[in-house]
Amino acid sequence: MRATEFMNERFLEPLGEASLTFFTYVGGSVLLLGRTAWGVLMLPWGRWGLQMVTPWRWKELAQDRRWGLIADQLDKVGVASFPIVFLTALFTGMVLALQSAYQLQKMAAETYIGALVALSMTRELGPVLTALVIAGRVGAAITAELATMRVTEQIDALETLSTDPVRHLSVPRMVALVIMLPLLTVYADMIGILGGYLVGVYKLGIGSSLYMNMTWDPLRVKDVLTGLLKSGVFAAIIGTIASYEGFETGGGAEGVGRSTTLAVVISFILIITADCFFTALFYFVFP
Amino acid sequence: MTIEIINLFKKFNRHSVLQGVNLTIRDGETMVIIGRSGCGKSVLLKHIIGLIRPDEGQVIVGGQEISRMNGADLNQLRLKFGMLFQGAALFDSLTVGENVAFPLREHTAMSDDKIQAKVKECLGWVGLAGIEHLKPAELSGGMRKRVGLARALAMQPRVILYDEPTTGVDPIMADTINRLIVELHDRFKVTGIVVTHDMTSAYRVGDRIAMLHEGRIAQVGTVEEIRSTNQPVVRQFILGMSENGGG
Repeated sequence: MRATEFMNERFLEPLGEASLTFFTYVGGSVLLLGRTAWGVLMLPWGRWGLQMVTPWRWKELAQDRRWGLIADQLDKVGVASFPIVFLTALFTGMVLALQSAYQLQKMAAETYIGALVALSMTRELGPVLTALVIAGRVGAAITAELATMRVTEQIDALETLSTDPVRHLSVPRMVALVIMLPLLTVYADMIGILGGYLVGVYKLGIGSSLYMNMTWDPLRVKDVLTGLLKSGVFAAIIGTIASYEGFETGGGAEGVGRSTTLAVVISFILIITADCFFTALFYFVFP
Repeated sequence: MTIEIINLFKKFNRHSVLQGVNLTIRDGETMVIIGRSGCGKSVLLKHIIGLIRPDEGQVIVGGQEISRMNGADLNQLRLKFGMLFQGAALFDSLTVGENVAFPLREHTAMSDDKIQAKVKECLGWVGLAGIEHLKPAELSGGMRKRVGLARALAMQPRVILYDEPTTGVDPIMADTINRLIVELHDRFKVTGIVVTHDMTSAYRVGDRIAMLHEGRIAQVGTVEEIRSTNQPVVRQFILGMSENGGG
């Protein structure tokens, strides 16, 4: 009898509570993703949703105030992130060229540096590094903003004013992320290649046209497209986790801090995991 | 609109907050709910407007069970409510004018000119005309509460919920807010529900007072009945005596 009680208290109850927390999190965030996606799909129907079933009525569409909110977010998420993405991508491209030069010089194969940088940037580092930078810069900001709104009862106030917080807050942020992250990724790809070019041509002495040929020849459209597809998924991950952590926060200033940290940590883990999954998928299923 | 709260239970984690609350608020009256800090007054208020779902029991507003409503129906019913939050809960990314205009822009097809006129009227009504361009961060606590009230009034609600309207403001500002609550009741016949632990305010604005204690309503009565109560917990609260003697 005592042994079972001990088992229950020390092992089964905490296990039950932990799994409950886990599934509440998974369920809650998937539900939020679904509601946000539905809100995005309903955007062309104007602010009244399905009550007015004719899409693309320009006058009503133009009056939907969420276009303004989306424009704001496009600026905050995208335009304001260009400098940090520029620096990250430029130095990554340069380092990549330098590091591979160590090995390739031994075999007198420096000319392949161009191909190596181009492929690594477009297929892997461009999408992943940009997503991580944006999760840190934008995801954290979204969580901090929404969590502060939660603890100061602004989200409750939205609800009492008959406005759905998901449609008003999550949808504009999600739209902005899904549009801007792939664009930033393309930008990062180009800047990374530029970084490699600077090192390859001005430091390692590879001819400029040779370097450019070695960059473009092995590059396929598929390389860039798989990268962009990944970045779309990363955008959805960042948007969902950042909003969910913001909405579900509790406990004042400390809670806001904890949620912001968690949003970044969980986004990082999910981005890396999803990257591994998609890379494997493209490798094994759609080679 | 009559509001009926029937046998309401609510737990957070393992902590029971409401344990069978029964209360009826009549159409047009101002009901004051008093009780100690953390006894669940605000939680009860949030049940009335459907921000929190009960574990058990019902909240019926004008014949509709708000505790089971969702989506468009709930939003439709909420248009008849206005709520003043404890910290005012103004949207800090918007100016004062945009805050008051928010529900009008979201839910009506009014032209910009009409909206501006309405915003001016609401702000004038709470004694804050001409501060449309300020940001909430530039206002004092009492001003913020009055802007919050102006925003709650913009849609001409039938029921107004006040969460600690006089907490954290100076006594003169508290009196201004009390006067506004009484005026709303007298002039517009709105139903009011005021959650507070400020007894001056409770006596001033209430038609009836209900005391929430240990998750239940300990006593409901008119201001006079509460003043002359014999119930120990209510007496102790209204006279402000601590557990071990005093008073």
